[in-house]
Amino acid sequence: MEHAAFQQFVYLFWIPFFPLLGAVYNGLLGSALQRRLGEKWIHAPAIVFPMLSFIITIAGFVKLTGLDPHSRALYCNAWSWLHIGNLNVDIAFWMDPLGAVMAFVVTFVGTLIHIYSIGYMRNDPGYWRFFSYMNLFMFSMLILVLGDNFLMMFIGWEGVGLCSYLLIGFWYKDEKNAVAGMKAFIVNRVGDFGFIIGVFLLFWGLGFSLETFDSSSLATVTSEETHLNSSLVIREIEESLQIESVHEAFTGKKIFGFSLVTLICVCLFVGAMGKSAQIPLYVWLPDAMAGPTPVSALIHAATMVTAGVYMVARLHFLFALSPFAMTWVALFGAVTALYAATIGFFQYDIKKVLAYSTISQLGYMFIGVGVGAFSTGIFHLMTHAFFKGCLFLSAGSIIIGCHHQQDMRKMGGLKTYMPVTRWAYLMACFAIAGFPFFSGFFSKDEILWQAFNSKDMMLPGGGKIIWLLGIVGALCTSFYMFRSYFMTFTGEYSENPHHVPKESPKQMTCVLVILGFLSIFSGFVGMPHLWHVHNLFETWMEPVFESSSSLIASEGYTHTLEWMLMGISVAVAIIGAWVAGWLYKNRENPLPGKLLASKKQIIRIPYNLIYNKYYVDEIYQHTIVWLIMNLRLALDWFDRKIIDQLVDFAGTAGRWLGRFAGYTDEKGVDGAVNATSDMVIFSGLKLVTIQTGKLRNYLGVVLAGAIILVIANYLFF
Amino acid sequence: MSVGLSHFLTIGAVVFSLGLFCVITRRNAIGVLMGVELILNSANINFLAFSHFSSGTIDGHLFALFCIVLAALECAVALAIVLAVFRNFDKVIDMEQLTTLHK
Amino acid sequence: MINYQTTTTIVSWVVFIPIIGVGSILITIGLRYLFKIDKKIADNLSRLISLISTLLAFILSLKMWGFFETGMNTLQFVHRFVWIENFNIEYFLGIDGINIALVILTTFITLIACIASVPWWGHVDDRHFSKRMTPGYMILLLILETGMLGTFCALDFFLFYIFWEIMLLPMYFLIGVWGGPRKEYAAIKFFLYTLAGSVLMLLAMIAIYYASEPFILADGRLAHHTFNIPALTASGQSGLFARANPILGFAFAKVVWIALFIGFAIKIPMFPFHTWLPDAHVEAPTPISVILAGILLKTGGYGILRFNFQLLPEATKWAAAAMAVFGMINIVYAAYVCMAQSDLKKLIAYSSVSHMGFVLLGYAAFTPQAISGAVFQMVAHGLISPMLFLIAGVIYDRAHTREIGEFGGLANKMPEYTGLVGLAFMASLGLPGLAGFIGEVLVFLGAFPVYKVFTIISATSVVITAAYYLWTIHRMFLGKFNEKWSALWDVNWRERFTLYPLAALIIFFGFYPMPIFNLISNSLNPLISVIIASGKLP
Repeated sequence: MEHAAFQQFVYLFWIPFFPLLGAVYNGLLGSALQRRLGEKWIHAPAIVFPMLSFIITIAGFVKLTGLDPHSRALYCNAWSWLHIGNLNVDIAFWMDPLGAVMAFVVTFVGTLIHIYSIGYMRNDPGYWRFFSYMNLFMFSMLILVLGDNFLMMFIGWEGVGLCSYLLIGFWYKDEKNAVAGMKAFIVNRVGDFGFIIGVFLLFWGLGFSLETFDSSSLATVTSEETHLNSSLVIREIEESLQIESVHEAFTGKKIFGFSLVTLICVCLFVGAMGKSAQIPLYVWLPDAMAGPTPVSALIHAATMVTAGVYMVARLHFLFALSPFAMTWVALFGAVTALYAATIGFFQYDIKKVLAYSTISQLGYMFIGVGVGAFSTGIFHLMTHAFFKGCLFLSAGSIIIGCHHQQDMRKMGGLKTYMPVTRWAYLMACFAIAGFPFFSGFFSKDEILWQAFNSKDMMLPGGGKIIWLLGIVGALCTSFYMFRSYFMTFTGEYSENPHHVPKESPKQMTCVLVILGFLSIFSGFVGMPHLWHVHNLFETWMEPVFESSSSLIASEGYTHTLEWMLMGISVAVAIIGAWVAGWLYKNRENPLPGKLLASKKQIIRIPYNLIYNKYYVDEIYQHTIVWLIMNLRLALDWFDRKIIDQLVDFAGTAGRWLGRFAGYTDEKGVDGAVNATSDMVIFSGLKLVTIQTGKLRNYLGVVLAGAIILVIANYLFF
Repeated sequence: MSVGLSHFLTIGAVVFSLGLFCVITRRNAIGVLMGVELILNSANINFLAFSHFSSGTIDGHLFALFCIVLAALECAVALAIVLAVFRNFDKVIDMEQLTTLHK
Repeated sequence: MINYQTTTTIVSWVVFIPIIGVGSILITIGLRYLFKIDKKIADNLSRLISLISTLLAFILSLKMWGFFETGMNTLQFVHRFVWIENFNIEYFLGIDGINIALVILTTFITLIACIASVPWWGHVDDRHFSKRMTPGYMILLLILETGMLGTFCALDFFLFYIFWEIMLLPMYFLIGVWGGPRKEYAAIKFFLYTLAGSVLMLLAMIAIYYASEPFILADGRLAHHTFNIPALTASGQSGLFARANPILGFAFAKVVWIALFIGFAIKIPMFPFHTWLPDAHVEAPTPISVILAGILLKTGGYGILRFNFQLLPEATKWAAAAMAVFGMINIVYAAYVCMAQSDLKKLIAYSSVSHMGFVLLGYAAFTPQAISGAVFQMVAHGLISPMLFLIAGVIYDRAHTREIGEFGGLANKMPEYTGLVGLAFMASLGLPGLAGFIGEVLVFLGAFPVYKVFTIISATSVVITAAYYLWTIHRMFLGKFNEKWSALWDVNWRERFTLYPLAALIIFFGFYPMPIFNLISNSLNPLISVIIASGKLP
């Protein structure tokens, strides 16, 4: 299908396919190249291909800015994929301002992390494999953000899941890593189940009269016009929902007693929960830290896990139709934001801290998109990609520096040994904690304000509750991030003093510098209106979310209140950081140690609860996993012992029947035949005596016969 | 008492019975042949009686003459066979012993 | 009255080329005894002959694809004449959208199986099935191919039945002679099971024959009854069988439909008639498993489409919901049973059961997406499951065991193999971008409007399927390396010849499935319109 309205941009196709080339190159040749020619032949193409994607993305960006804001979209139809009945889906790419931002984040951060990986993965026997998977991930992620329909999105959606699986289990020789990868994939699949059900519901809901079994409606079934509305192309769905009649029919539709649109959104959000690690499907993300650190940075912080947020923003026109679903999204986001932040308190593994922080930050993004502030949610997604990427990469640098040590208790005093890493980490900490003028401040504060300001929540006072959860979460965030900073960088290096850490190689530190820089300054593209400055980011995103903006209502609180809330945000950030400093700086304060050693129940119970992550893994293990593992055994037993036994029984019964039939045959049927012949022989033997061959006997018989006949004649006639 | 058809028929029947008795009881082949002669002659008596009493034509006489010729022929052939048997079977013409056509 | 021109014999060539191969092998055997040729040479010659004949059949079928007019819904490449005059039986082969894809799949998969049966280009030990009684094996393989191709191409019911039975016997011997330890049990189970289905089919066939209308045969003679499938289709779609006299008080169409369906459902295999499959697969040699999973199961799916759908539209509509339920049970139940398997081949066999459930579910919905998806699923499964069985064969040839639990950490030892296994497993679990996904998603998408609850329950299988495949990968390839297997070696060239074409096609059709849909859609869509439009049965 040609869309004249959109600017054609054939190079769009190459944004995802360049990394695919890289993946294929390394996947097929990498093993041999690494052995014969060294690592340079692996990473050079693996970096050049994503870089080319980045360049095309920038070109697309430039092209977009040159267009009229309301037709800002690039389109590229590569080939037709599925054209069956009323389903028309192509391998087609579509870049609007939202897609452009996402593609920018993915290609930019992705390329940087590829460069970083040269240093981090050096001398790994699976070097080629690593870069192949990373490129494959870039391909999938770009398909996800640039695909113009649900099925393309789903290719990317599952593709990133696959790459995540492959990369978490990258060091597969360790059982633990392999299990973590498997867990990630399967939990994601649970989410995907929700996602595809949502897609089915949507496709069904848009095609109005597909009542196959009603023969009276045959005319409507064969008529094409009634199905025009049914589509999986996201853009077309958005367009058709603009039509009044379609809109009304669609929103009025009910299924299983629920509003269709709500059910669609909830199902799709289940997919987002899986991918973006929200309660209750977040359990895979902490375990996913088993993968190499660049993977954690790229996949499990900057890009893949934000796919859920991207999806909700992309489908804003659907979510905006269902206040229930919006509340649901925002509430889950808020609860996750706080919940994960509390778990961050007592983690000692530096990557685990960052993992829970990621879950928590994703919660903020969901608050943003859930309260209708889509562009702010995406803004936080972008700043988070920078500062969380920076944090993870710094953590990677620390881990390398400390000889693969991840326990923060065994670090300390690294600021003298690793100055670049320290500064990058600190800047990112400021950003995530929401210190003023750092990037995270602008995005997070805007989200909280929008939440506070939002109206039409299904929950009474919903916006305020969400704001409260968010602000407490922010306090916790600030605390645990600075806790990790102080534990790692201040004090004395506690491990072997003769084997001191040293700063990482240049490929790694230069990436840290770039990302640290962006953690500080990237926020300035989206400054609040309150400051009477131009919000570049929001202006850029506005045309995308235009269609749903009328559906989002706000309370319209005053600027004074906004200033006050901003003050509270800043205050909690500072308080959190100060408390962390008071408790953990230079490891001088004995209080944390005392508290941990305390036997008092009032401290032990919450500590154990939080330290063991609220026992959620254990609960899953003993309910769902237990159920499935037993169900499989039960069904297998059923198959072997009942169904197959029935078959065998049929066989045995057949054999017995055969034996019985054989017996009857032998004694009954065959007996009858034998009896007949026996009788014939017997009677023959008897009768043969009549045949004497003597004429006079015969004559006598004739005579007797004649006499009998005569007598009979005389008697009877 | 006038002599009627039934008298002739009775004579015929008596001769037939005697002939039949002879055929059944005799073991000597010659005796059997003589019994056969009696049976044929009883038939002749019947022919002549019926011819005389009922039709009035000479058909019965003709048949009787034919039968006499036939009986003579039969007798000649049969006696020749008996003689041959007598010669070949060690002078035995007992019907009970003669069960095969050659020794 | 329908009139077909006898246009071409290319179909007959495709179907009977393997028989020419059989003849050549027989001559080879004869020559061997006449001239005292070395056994090894004769064996190799028979292998070469069968390779050449399967390759020729494949090339010819591709040629047929090239000449196939996709735009129309008529029979093409018809070869027709009266065969047995007394019983109005015709020799009638032809190609339309329903069977073209399966015919090409058959020739392709048989070629792959043939390559896998040849112990060249890679080491196999002397106990290997491919070194035992080679000419006999090859002859049976080729007869099997003819049987399968004939089954797909036959357009005379009687001829179809004959090919259907021809297919059965070689399979029995291939499992029973060249199979594993419990081969006799498996072979007999397979044979009796399918035979039971055949008997029902035979009865249904005779019933249909006597209910059919007068028809002008290929030689211009008017026959009172006919086996001609297009003629039966025409009368079936005009409601003839729906009006036919009841059998034992039950509606004619229902009885015949059920008899036919059970006959085909056993082949699919449908729960509860599926238990022959795991046994047959576990005992069968690798190439035979490949054919069994790749093609034989599809004859069931094809038969339902060709006979139940075409001939008895009213009854099909009547039974749709039951079909959907059985499809759902197949999908979910077999997926759970898969999880409990410790034998790799058994696991793959049960996954076949699970994936063929999609075909039933897709059939039951009568939407363009679902039915195209179901047929595509047959093709996709026809590519994926052979790959899976070849993979199981690779490890069995080396380790002489298929117990998943006995392996561990093989990824480091056999990286190429691990990659291929990963690809095949991902394709089978429906990873988007690979062929398996297209079939599954279309079936779901098409079935959802009609059977919402069934589809949702079926869709839970995406989680279970992922779980059992990943768990298998985990137990076999990841974790600590089991030193017991330090003598294993990676895939050899013979295995590459078989695995890479399949892998390439799986990826290709995942991203570009339209060639298949162009072939099938024009025949399938009118079919479902007829069914939707058909009336109710009494």
